[in-house]
Amino acid sequence: MPRVLVVDDEPNIVLSLEFLMQQAGFQVDTAADGETALQKVHAVPPDLILLDISLPGISGFEVLEALRAEARYSKLPIVMLTAHGREVEREKGMALGADDYITKPFSTRELVEKVKNLLQEQQQSQGE
Amino acid sequence: MRTELVSLAFAFGYLAILFLIAAWGDKRSEQGRSIINSPLVYTLSIAVYCTAWTFYGSVGRAAETGPSFLLIYLGPTLAMLLGWFMIRKMVRIARAQKITSIADFISARYGKSVRLGVLVTLIAVIGIMPYIALQLKAITFSHAVLTGYPTPPIQTLAQETFWLDKSLWVALVLAIFIILFGTRHLDASERHEGMVAAIAFESIIKLMAFLILGFFVVFWLYQGPLDLFSQAAARPDLVGSLGLSAVPGQALGWVGTLVLATLAFITLPRQFQVLVVENVDERHIKRASWTFPLYLVAINLFVIPVALAGLLLGPAAQEPDSFVLTLPLAAGLELLPLIVFIGGLSAATGMVIVETIALSTMVSNHLVMPLLLRWNWLHLDPGRNLSGWLLGIRRVAIILILLLGYLYHALIGDSYSLVTIGLVSFAAAAQFAPALLLGLYWRGANGKGAAAGLIGGFLVWAYTLLLPGFVQSGWLAPGLIEAGPWGVAWLKPYALFGLEGWDIYTHALFWSMLVNVGLLAGVSLFTRQSRLEQTQAALFTEALRPDVMQTPLWLGQTTRGELYQLLNRYLGQAATHRVFERHDGRQSSNARDESIAPPGLITQAEQALTGALGSASARVLINSVVRGEALDLEAVLSILDTTTQTLEYNRRLEQKSAELARIGEELRAANERLRELDRLKDEFVAMVSHELRTPLTSIRAFAEILRDSPDIMVEQKNHFLGVIVKESERLSRLIEEILDLARLESGRMRLNPQVVNLSQLARDSTDAITQLYEERQVTLKLRLPDQEAWVMADPDRLQQVIINLLDNASKFADSTRGEVLMQLEAHGKNWQLAVEDNGNGIAEEEREKVFEKFHQIQQQGQTPSGRPRGTGLGLPISRGIIAHLGGRLWVEGPHFLSGARLVIELPKLQAPHETQM
Repeated sequence: MPRVLVVDDEPNIVLSLEFLMQQAGFQVDTAADGETALQKVHAVPPDLILLDISLPGISGFEVLEALRAEARYSKLPIVMLTAHGREVEREKGMALGADDYITKPFSTRELVEKVKNLLQEQQQSQGE
Repeated sequence: MRTELVSLAFAFGYLAILFLIAAWGDKRSEQGRSIINSPLVYTLSIAVYCTAWTFYGSVGRAAETGPSFLLIYLGPTLAMLLGWFMIRKMVRIARAQKITSIADFISARYGKSVRLGVLVTLIAVIGIMPYIALQLKAITFSHAVLTGYPTPPIQTLAQETFWLDKSLWVALVLAIFIILFGTRHLDASERHEGMVAAIAFESIIKLMAFLILGFFVVFWLYQGPLDLFSQAAARPDLVGSLGLSAVPGQALGWVGTLVLATLAFITLPRQFQVLVVENVDERHIKRASWTFPLYLVAINLFVIPVALAGLLLGPAAQEPDSFVLTLPLAAGLELLPLIVFIGGLSAATGMVIVETIALSTMVSNHLVMPLLLRWNWLHLDPGRNLSGWLLGIRRVAIILILLLGYLYHALIGDSYSLVTIGLVSFAAAAQFAPALLLGLYWRGANGKGAAAGLIGGFLVWAYTLLLPGFVQSGWLAPGLIEAGPWGVAWLKPYALFGLEGWDIYTHALFWSMLVNVGLLAGVSLFTRQSRLEQTQAALFTEALRPDVMQTPLWLGQTTRGELYQLLNRYLGQAATHRVFERHDGRQSSNARDESIAPPGLITQAEQALTGALGSASARVLINSVVRGEALDLEAVLSILDTTTQTLEYNRRLEQKSAELARIGEELRAANERLRELDRLKDEFVAMVSHELRTPLTSIRAFAEILRDSPDIMVEQKNHFLGVIVKESERLSRLIEEILDLARLESGRMRLNPQVVNLSQLARDSTDAITQLYEERQVTLKLRLPDQEAWVMADPDRLQQVIINLLDNASKFADSTRGEVLMQLEAHGKNWQLAVEDNGNGIAEEEREKVFEKFHQIQQQGQTPSGRPRGTGLGLPISRGIIAHLGGRLWVEGPHFLSGARLVIELPKLQAPHETQM
């Protein structure tokens, strides 16, 4: 069962994402800030991360950068979540190596769809 | 040591050194490496003011009339202080118009008048004669003292035939010496650099000699100044003679002598020569304005001590005028008297050299040349080169001037003391002052007025000072002074029109100046100026305005060939070539050039001639070849006006551009502010949108979950619905707060101020929040006073603020044993309501930031879960409201607990209305 790590500092958003991912059949882990997120990734590496940008302490961008800097996480699918609708941020996220970028508030169906696709792609590329 | 031979050897040796210095100065000048281009040399050359009269006479005057000698030196100090305005103006005019002497200056000012040139020259020669005589007398007298001591020198003219009189020989030796280094080349406006160098050297020698003597007297003859003064104080007769009351004519005498010295310092021909004509750089005037007075102080330092020592010495000191020599002689010294003699010689020769050169230039340019030109002697043979003639005239003039000086000395000199003779000359030179100084500032002063003033003033001078001199020498009957001519008492030379009791100089100065200025002003007002005079008057009075002098002033026409021939005759070929080259920038013209000479070239030719012949003669010569008029007054004035207008226009342009620059700067600053505001607005909008999206995200997500998952458990469903409701409330609250903030910032927040009991309001606020505190398990403690705490406030808004603070405090209080304290107390004229929690507190540098919009206090993992985050707008809004109510809101460190302490301060209301609340 694929593991999804949900990182966000809003408890209610974490709650909703957790429910959605579980409903889609994934194992879910959560973190409320960047520091915890990195610890959790290193403890039990997930198959995909839903990563909010504005976090207390180190930001989502910094977490992304740190993970991409490690070879073993270079292919790990990471989806950025943000309440900032600005195009610049989207570009920055993509440039730093995010696989997708989802603006809050999001459509739950679309989100689940995207996560599923990314995990499938991931499995395929690993299988090859 | 004191033999005739040794003293003569010293004197001639000294003259030889002078000659070498002058030759060296001339050579360096020709090489273009001037040695006199320094403010120090300028200062020293002005010190030619200190003649033998200073050197021997100051002590004499101090011994006889107390400190009055100082006035002779205060005058020049005064004049130098005005130098930057007055002397600089004269220097600028003299340079532009190639002025060669004071006669030339006055003549040029009044329309290049030949008549005035003659007049000034005559007055100068007659008036200065006594002064030159004085120097000759000083040289022979000091020599006689030196070689004859202790026998006093014979005071009257030698009984033998005149060729045995040493003064004659001194005069002749000096004449030859001056001819050798004063007339080596013609163009007098090319300055006498060698002469100036030699004069500066002489000023050093005379100062050193006097200082050495002074030290000798004070520290060798006496044990320092205290010793000398205490010995003098023991002699009541000495104390009296050196007091202020010894000055002749009392206070009036002071003023008279001071004015006399001030005027003479500028108008004596030799002073005008070194101050104006020989000035190399007008900036030197500024420096000299304090260095020259300093020189005067130095050379007068020991005058009183030497005079006292001489008087104390008694008969062995002989005449007061010879104290400087007799003091070292009486002490039996050999070398010091010789040094003093050379010092006196340098003082005398310096004056004679400069004075004679100045006078000879005036005589040749303003007396002889105009006569020769008028009688047409020089036109007999147009092809002849006349530049040699001019030098010849000048040399003859030098000899004549010195012989005249000798004659005055021989006939009259012995009847006056040194000082008296000097002041007589001062008074004569002062006659030039009205024409000179008024001419610099009053455009209306004209030539007829100047001539009338000069003649009138001179006649009064001759009557009140020169004539009595003849009487005292026995050439006229003494009854003239005692009873007046033909027994008419009010015509007595020393008491004209019954003006008695004044000292003779103040008396003479008063009457001569009254007549001089009166005639100059009166005649000028009632007669008209010629066109050239108007032009020159304008140029002189406006001399300090920029670009005035560069204007070519000739409108008439002539050919280049004619100009060339004219210059060639009077200046020689080399100088003529220089003039044409300077104008054209290359060697171009010859005597057969038929092209029209441009106005600038004519002006330069005239200036070159002026430099050699003086302005009046040059004018006549140029007129002889140029057909047409000089530029008239209207033209000059229009040029001046154009300059003024241009200046004014430039000034306005400058003003406008400065204004534009300022406006540009303001615009840029405003733009900068707008950009900053724009950036802040963008940021605000981005933050607002972020804050709004966050609850919206939860609402939408749970709404969709509920829609898409019809089969979830009721319990879970209710929880999700609860979240939706809570987040919607949060959204509403946020929108409300954003609107509040917008109202506060735009000033449209409506407050309803009334008298409020803050104590009661605080208590009411806790009621609204009790449930929240129970949920969060935080204890609230109150410390409210029993008495009413009246303030003026909008109760709803104030309660909003208090609840906000209590809400915040509960969020940040300790997670396990949360505690909040609300305290109200009086603080001077204010009430302070403080809300304090027992959380981690806020770092000092963060305390102002919490009032920034959307600022979230960073407390990772510290905010207990279940306690919702704030919007980041509560505190900015609270502060805005409190400010609107006339109070303050701030954060400080803990007083009783451990966390943050937020304080509301509102002014106490003094007269509470019990009816309210």
